[in-house]
Amino acid sequence: MNAMPEVQTKMHTKRSPGFSLRRHPWYNVVFSLLGFIWLIFSFYPIFYMLMTSLRSQQGFLTGIPWMPSAHPTIENFVTVLQAGFGQFFLNSVVVSVSSVILIVGSSLLSAYVIVRSKNKFIRLVFNVFLVGLAIPIQAAIIPIYIMITKMGLYDTLLGLILPSVAFGLPLTLLILVNFVRDIPNELYESMGLEGAGDFTILFRLVMPLSIPSIVSVSIYDFIQSWNNFLFPLVLTQSTQTRVLPMAIVSFQGQYTMNVPVLMAAVILSALPLILAYVFGRRYLLKGLLAGFGK
Amino acid sequence: MQSGMTWQRWTMMIPAAVFFLIFALIPMLIAVYYSGLQWNGISNPQWIGLANWSQVLANGEAVRAILLTIEVMIGSWIIQTPISLLLGVFLAGPQKHRSFFGLFYFLPLLFSSVAVGVTWSYILNPNFGIVNSILQGIGLGGGSQNWLGLPGTAMIVVIILISWQFIPFHTLLYQGGVKQIPDSLYEAAHIDGAKPWHTFFFITLPQLKYTLISSTVLILTGSLTYFDLIYVLTDGGPGTSTSVLAMDMYQQAFVNQNIGVGSVLAVILALAGIILSIVLLRTTGFTRMESQLEGM
Repeated sequence: MNAMPEVQTKMHTKRSPGFSLRRHPWYNVVFSLLGFIWLIFSFYPIFYMLMTSLRSQQGFLTGIPWMPSAHPTIENFVTVLQAGFGQFFLNSVVVSVSSVILIVGSSLLSAYVIVRSKNKFIRLVFNVFLVGLAIPIQAAIIPIYIMITKMGLYDTLLGLILPSVAFGLPLTLLILVNFVRDIPNELYESMGLEGAGDFTILFRLVMPLSIPSIVSVSIYDFIQSWNNFLFPLVLTQSTQTRVLPMAIVSFQGQYTMNVPVLMAAVILSALPLILAYVFGRRYLLKGLLAGFGK
Repeated sequence: MQSGMTWQRWTMMIPAAVFFLIFALIPMLIAVYYSGLQWNGISNPQWIGLANWSQVLANGEAVRAILLTIEVMIGSWIIQTPISLLLGVFLAGPQKHRSFFGLFYFLPLLFSSVAVGVTWSYILNPNFGIVNSILQGIGLGGGSQNWLGLPGTAMIVVIILISWQFIPFHTLLYQGGVKQIPDSLYEAAHIDGAKPWHTFFFITLPQLKYTLISSTVLILTGSLTYFDLIYVLTDGGPGTSTSVLAMDMYQQAFVNQNIGVGSVLAVILALAGIILSIVLLRTTGFTRMESQLEGM
């Protein structure tokens, strides 16, 4: 036995850490029971969203509140769509997609320079970006509001995009720098010998290799921007510039006690993420973690 | 040439630097300046030095907001850490039903804080909320408990809902952490006849040290920024019982139009973020951990 520890470990590499629990069935049962209790607690509110969105207002007031309706209806979704939801959805798409492109694009350019040059000033600039990781958006929102107003960008989508980009940069840059740094030096050198310039190296070597981390970080930045509430709350006011989190809040004021309509709005507002969860769960979860877990 | 700076490289730095300078760094510095102004954002600002600071510190507003923020920090850490840790270990197991549970565990991550807040405010509604109906059904309470409307329960409920929203994220972190623990450790423990809780305390937990650190850092720094959920659920109320720093800053600046006092709170928030990050970096070696993982 002792002569072949290598074989021993290899044989078990396929097993997950929990396997020893199999030999302790009662322990497994208790653990699963706790897991099931959490399942109810974490899933029930989502289930509540879904079943309430399919109820009529009448059914909501008279039906059994914790059971699905016997006569489901999609009228609430129709109401939400007729209340300008399409426009709000489009606004959110414009803001989020532009933010992601600007954040990831400018981070990639800077990450390349930060990794490739030994310049002291560049190092300092990178450290300043890292300090930005510690500063919450809320700490800068007052001057941003005044600034955006003075620039004439108050209540415009551009006025939402610009500060979102600034606050998305630090983490994106950190993740991309960590990734680009891992590209072996020999690859740069061989391309450099062929006389390739920085842009060629960036587009032909760095970008293709970084696709996985670009995808993850783009998903992360998209979600941040999609769900951001403070910027639109402070920087917009009209229906033309309303994005989804603001739309939910204003629906809440408009349909105060019409809970089914609100739950329909809540579900529609998460549509891209729900679809991503259904069709690309692995990518979505990896993106959610961004660079925090490896 | 390889490691030098060319004009081309300087150009490549420009987009990120300009965005960050104009819309993050400069506003931070302007906030410090604003904290010395008496200004409603429209009329002519008046420089009043440290008057806002002494006012906010003397009337107890800042201390109250800071204490409430610390309450959220500690409360959400205490709730989130053990639950996420156990769920992470649970999901990392090979059993089929566990990964099936996992499909549902992560669903809260798909919704914004605003969506989560609105949904829960109806679930907890004193008149028709299902929490009260269920409690009444099993013989607890009179069925009209106003969870978010009473100073005694509002903060606790807010902390529980923050935890509800973010536990899936931390579960994901721990699940990833557990999956990286080498199986050989468990096999060795099994040969030694270790019980499940022994393996948990002597293998799983110590091996998750770095995951625990990242999760803790994220919970503590994240606690400074919980604004959306509180805005939707309680708007800082009832009274000031859930008016954490970010909430108080918003209300002073954008509701009371008191830019100076709002900026004082914003600067405190920024300082808290920076101090917290430095302390956490020093004590936990968060960055060392990252560089250690880089090699993997």
